[in-house]
Amino acid sequence: MSLDLTFQALADPTRRAMVERLAKGPCSVSELAQPFAMSLPAVYQHLQMLEASGLVASEKVGRVRTCRMEPAAMSLAETWINRRRTDWEARLDRLGEHLRRHPDGEPQ
Amino acid sequence: MTQHSIAHGVFHIERTYPGVTPRRVFDAFATESGKAAWFVAGGNTWTLLEREFDFRPGGRERLKTRWESGIVTMFDAIYFDIVPGERIVYAYDLWHEDRKLSVSLATLEFHAVDGGTKFKLCEQGAFLDGYDDAGAREHGTNELMDRMEATLSEPVDVARP
Repeated sequence: MSLDLTFQALADPTRRAMVERLAKGPCSVSELAQPFAMSLPAVYQHLQMLEASGLVASEKVGRVRTCRMEPAAMSLAETWINRRRTDWEARLDRLGEHLRRHPDGEPQ
Repeated sequence: MTQHSIAHGVFHIERTYPGVTPRRVFDAFATESGKAAWFVAGGNTWTLLEREFDFRPGGRERLKTRWESGIVTMFDAIYFDIVPGERIVYAYDLWHEDRKLSVSLATLEFHAVDGGTKFKLCEQGAFLDGYDDAGAREHGTNELMDRMEATLSEPVDVARP
């Protein structure tokens, strides 16, 4: 699917809760971690997946890392992936059909 | 849209083609006639404006097409690495009218599996300045937001204090 990274990021209830929190506005990592009974490294791991998906961006100012939603960048990247991927899926379907019509040993 | 922006994307696709050797799948990419059979959709929906096919490292492939809608697109690629029957690496940019939409690196691998071929594609791209084709970007954004909302409205069963 075209939204692999996004859905992978959102497949986890903790990360969905983080996105819900960030949808209300930016906050620090410790604020983001506060509702969860988990270590800070575990929170950072979740944050990394959210950042990899493009849903969330974070920035460190001084000693505080602040996280925020990044819907614009995400939608551009997702649109791009969606288009390229859809093109390829259709091409590879046609390639499969072409290979079936011309079995091994026959000239193409 | 006059604003300049850049977004990075990557995706992977794997397909298995049973009963076909990697060499034959590779050949469908390596020859102009082989590629013509599948690379662009058939039918009368487009007119070929320009075609170049120079399949070797450093060689260029170019495909300029006018679609039924009147829109002209161009795929302009340079091959960087070719291992016959095994691997193809190329970089390309994609044009929509006079706008450069994206610049990408594509890697294609052909592996023998159980009398067939496993084909692996990875494409990494820099997507430039967003789409401007008939609101497709807004449509894509809305669709994405709808799907995200649907996902987010699922119950979140996480321990809260």
